[in-house]
This record gives sequence, structure tokens and C-alpha cells, in this order.
Amino acid sequence: MSVSTQTNLVMEARGLVKRYGHVTALDETDFEIREGEVLAVIGDNGAGKSSLIQCLAGAVQPDEGELMIGGEAVHLKSPVEARRRGIETVFQSLAVSPALDISSNIFLGREIRKRGIAGSVFRMLDRKKMREESLDVMGQLGLQTLQNIGQSVETLSGGQRQGVAVARAAAFGSKVVILDEPTAALGVKESGRVVKLIKDINARGIPVVLISHNMPQIFEVADRVHIQRLGKRIALVETSQIDMADAVALMVGAKTPADLGIGS
Amino acid sequence: MNERSSELADPVAARVTPAANAPTTGLVEIEQTGSLGPIQWVERKMLSRPLIGPLAVLIVATIVFSITAPNFGTLQNFSLIMQQVQVIAMLGIAQTLIILTAGIDLSVAAVMLLAQVAMGKFAVNLGIPVELALVLGILVGVACGAVNGLIVTKLNIPPFIATLGTLSIFYALNIFISDGESVPYADVPALFNWLGTGFQVAGATFTFGQVLTLVMFLVFAYILRNTAWGTHIYAVGDNIEAARLTGIRVNRVLMSVYIVAGLIIGITAWLLIGRIGSISPTAGVGYNLASITAVVIGGTSLFGGRGRIMGTLLGALIVGVFSSGLSLAGFDSLWQEFTIGVLIIGAVAVDQRLRKIGR
Repeated sequence: MSVSTQTNLVMEARGLVKRYGHVTALDETDFEIREGEVLAVIGDNGAGKSSLIQCLAGAVQPDEGELMIGGEAVHLKSPVEARRRGIETVFQSLAVSPALDISSNIFLGREIRKRGIAGSVFRMLDRKKMREESLDVMGQLGLQTLQNIGQSVETLSGGQRQGVAVARAAAFGSKVVILDEPTAALGVKESGRVVKLIKDINARGIPVVLISHNMPQIFEVADRVHIQRLGKRIALVETSQIDMADAVALMVGAKTPADLGIGS
Repeated sequence: MNERSSELADPVAARVTPAANAPTTGLVEIEQTGSLGPIQWVERKMLSRPLIGPLAVLIVATIVFSITAPNFGTLQNFSLIMQQVQVIAMLGIAQTLIILTAGIDLSVAAVMLLAQVAMGKFAVNLGIPVELALVLGILVGVACGAVNGLIVTKLNIPPFIATLGTLSIFYALNIFISDGESVPYADVPALFNWLGTGFQVAGATFTFGQVLTLVMFLVFAYILRNTAWGTHIYAVGDNIEAARLTGIRVNRVLMSVYIVAGLIIGITAWLLIGRIGSISPTAGVGYNLASITAVVIGGTSLFGGRGRIMGTLLGALIVGVFSSGLSLAGFDSLWQEFTIGVLIIGAVAVDQRLRKIGR
């Protein structure tokens, strides 16, 4: 990805604060993602990664701070609103419905109805169209559903289910796709497939936020790394400017950004 | 509920611009797991076609009883079986909707009785025009459904407990309104009994109530399969957190399900009057559990998100076929109870097994 100094920010947050009782999960944290990049967010447990993602996805509302999408200040009151603004999130607790089929899952909550009286009076869903478009997007992501797009998600393996969740995000995420620990529950082979998916989404020009613990994976796909520690963003660096050991050292507090000569 | 769909006439095509060289290396192809043994093959089939199990049981039982039980295999007897189970089957539609959301409704029969005695009270005691009394009685059912829905969604009380409570409340109100007394057949307006009247086909008697029951099943089978509301009912019962995160307004779906269930039960109250001919505050008290039995034997999972409305019709018919067949074959009625118990446990055992391979 080109790294010109005036790259546009697709999404930006300034001074986000989120408290849960006495616990301050986010302590004036900042966030930004540029057009076309893959941004990895790393941090130790309790660093505030999940709270940050939930704020960006509209699942929780920050107590303070501002959020901007394409330069416009927004208040995301729900995941639905975030989605309407083109922010798609694949949550760690895979938000799929196992008993429903693949295309029903992809179109869940935004089903397409048939045209004419069948759709307007009899509320009939256009299953054929939803299946075709599901096949289309899965094909574009290299998820070839050679079998049956009408098969239920529970008959798929973990990696395939992840593929469905990611395909859903990719199908609708026009501005940003956020993936929260997409490979945490997967084996090596399946993780590799998800990494490939991330690259495929990004290849279509959609910026991706990747929350992960898997350092080699991050250094394989991410353009920049956002390092979260104790509720703050302590560093935002190009992956080419830092090595894995230093990233981990920053994450756990063994080194400070000043030690490495990086600004936040 | 789904106005957004129209603006997103073509959401994928609009937003997914094909990449220069879309990789079609098939890295994440969705393949079927290797070769399957015969048992796994049947299990897979039952997962994807949940009506197969109950349909097979119904067909086999019907054939066996037609051969072994005298007078079983006649059109008149089949019509009779359906008349016997139609009220349970109709309550089963309401019960299925609620069970699909991973809920349960222990108050269906109490709601039906309350709606029924309300119809009688309005028409017979208060002299309200019969047509209006019928509509008002059905609306009593709707109101009861709304009460159940509010308790579940606003007070966050599990459906089992909520409807256990309203079972007592609605039943007590039913006794209070009716004074514990029946309206005898002679005093019941003709319209209330209309669903018990019928027509002859090939020497057998069929009732308008049977026709209504079948129509209701077809309507709700259509709705569950072909509308966004239907899909959302499954989604809420299947994985409520996922449904919420995908933007489905979960409480609205639940509330609408309880209200629609109340509507179905209100209509069933009319059916019940036609079936028994009088308005009795104690008729069909055992129908609460019988409706759950029909749903479960019909292959719908008590854990929600899985099942078919037509399964409930099959479930009710299975109960009817076993009751009629065993009785015509000369068995004591205790063996009907016994068999239904075995069928329930068998159906749930199959469901558990299917859920396990579904994880």
C-alpha cells in the first residue's frame, strides 16, 4: 500500500474514554485507519482492545471522545447504525446462526424481498437472488461454494463458518471491515485461509482492522500496527519499521516507544 | 420490518466491485467431509430435511394400524383422527412459533379457555352481536399473548416461568368470568359452532374446522419459510446474541411472536367451541402439554432455532394415529399414554443427537 503523507483517514477516533464502574477500559485512546490499509490492533489482555472495537462497531458507546467516519463526526448508537455507515464487524463470538443456511446468514437482518406484489403484499423473500449474490461474493473471496449455498452453517467446519462471517462483512462493508480475533479458534491450516481472505478483501480496496494475538500473521498482512496498552494507544507504526520482538515488548510494557524512538 | 431492503435493492453488486484478478484458487472451498457411513448419511439428511423423521413415523404407523386394527383404515376414521387432534394442532402452531425462539408457552390452553369464555360472556350474557363478540374474544387471546410477551421482554423473565405464572392467572380469570359454568349447546350462537359443522366427501364427514386448521398451517409454513420475519424467528432462537449483533431487534421479534401466538390461540378458541359444541371453562385443560408434545414429536427442537411448522401437524397426527389405532386394536388407553411418552423421548433423543453433530 502506498504510504503518502496525505492519505485520507477512513475512520478516526480521538480521546475515547470508556469506564465500567471503577474500571477504565479506554483511557483517552486514539485510533485511525487509512484508505486501503490493513491495520493490526495488538495489546495485552485488559489493554482495551475489545472496548475499542466495540466502540468502533457501535456495540458500546464511549463516555467521552469523538469518532469520525470519512471526516464526519458520528455517534454510533448501535451495530445497525455502524453497519449503515459501511462499518462491518466480525465479532469474536462468531455472529452466525448455525441452523440457517449460508445465504440466509449472509443476508441476515437485511433480507431482499421479491419485486412486485409477491414482495410488497406477501413479503416474500427473494431467496434465489440472495443465493446468487452470496455465491457471487463468496466466489470473489475465493470461497468457492462448489457444494450448496443452501446448506446450513452448522454443517461447515470452523474455518468455513469464519469464511461465511467474513464474506458477510465483505459483502456489505463498504468503508471498513473489522475482524476481532478471526483466527483465535482455528487450526493452522484454517488460519492460513482466513489470512488469505483478509488479503482478498483488502485487494478490493476495503481497509481492514485486524485484532489479533498472532504476531507472524500480523506481520504478514498488516501495513501498520496499533499498539494498545493500559487503555491508551501507545504506538502506531509501520510494520516495516518495527520487528516482532519490539512490538511485543511495547505491548507488555518491557520497552517504551521512547526507547525505540517512535512517537505515538 | 424490512423497509431497508428496498433501498438496498442490489447491495452486494453495488458494493462489491470485482478485484482486478479475483483469486479463485479455491483456498477456502466449502467441501463436504469425505465419505459418510449410512448412519451419518441419515443424520445429515435429517438435519437438512427435518420432516423426514416424523413423516416416516406417521406413514409407518398408519400402514401398520391399517393392517392390524379393525376399522382403522377408513376415510371416516382419518377424518375423525384429524378432528380429534385439530385443536391441539392449532395450539401447536402458536407453540411452535414460541419454541422456535427458544421459548415455551405453558399458558396456551388457559389463553384459549379465557378467549372462549369471553366470547360466550360477550354474546350470551352481554348481548353483544355475535360477530363482534367473536372478534372481541379473539382479541382477548391477542391481549394475553401481549401480556406474555411483555413479561418475557420487559421483565426479562424466562418464558417457562412467565407462562407458568400466566397459566394460573389466565385460568383463574377464566373461572372468574365464566363463574365456573358452561354455556350449554342450546345457548351457543350458531356462528360459534360453525367450525364444527361440515360437509360430506366420499361418505366421510369433514368439518370447516379441519379446513381452517389446514389453511392456518399452510399460511404459517409460508410465513416462516418465505418472509424476513420467519427467518428472524429462527435466528433469534438459534443464536440470540448473533441475531442482536446482526441488527435484528430481538425484543421486537419476540414480542411479535407472542402476539401472533395469542391471535392463533384466540382463533383456536373458536375452533374449540365448534369441536365440543358448548363453552366449557374446563375443556381442554390438558392441552398445554399436548401442544408441546405435538411440537416435539414433530421434530422441532425445544432449544430453539430448529424445526418446521408442518412437523407440528405431523406430530399432532402421529399422536392421533397412535391413540386411534391402539384403541381400535383393543389396547387399554393407558398404552396410548405410554406410547406418547416413548415418542416424546425418542424425538428429543434424535434432536439431541442432531444438535451435537450440528455444533
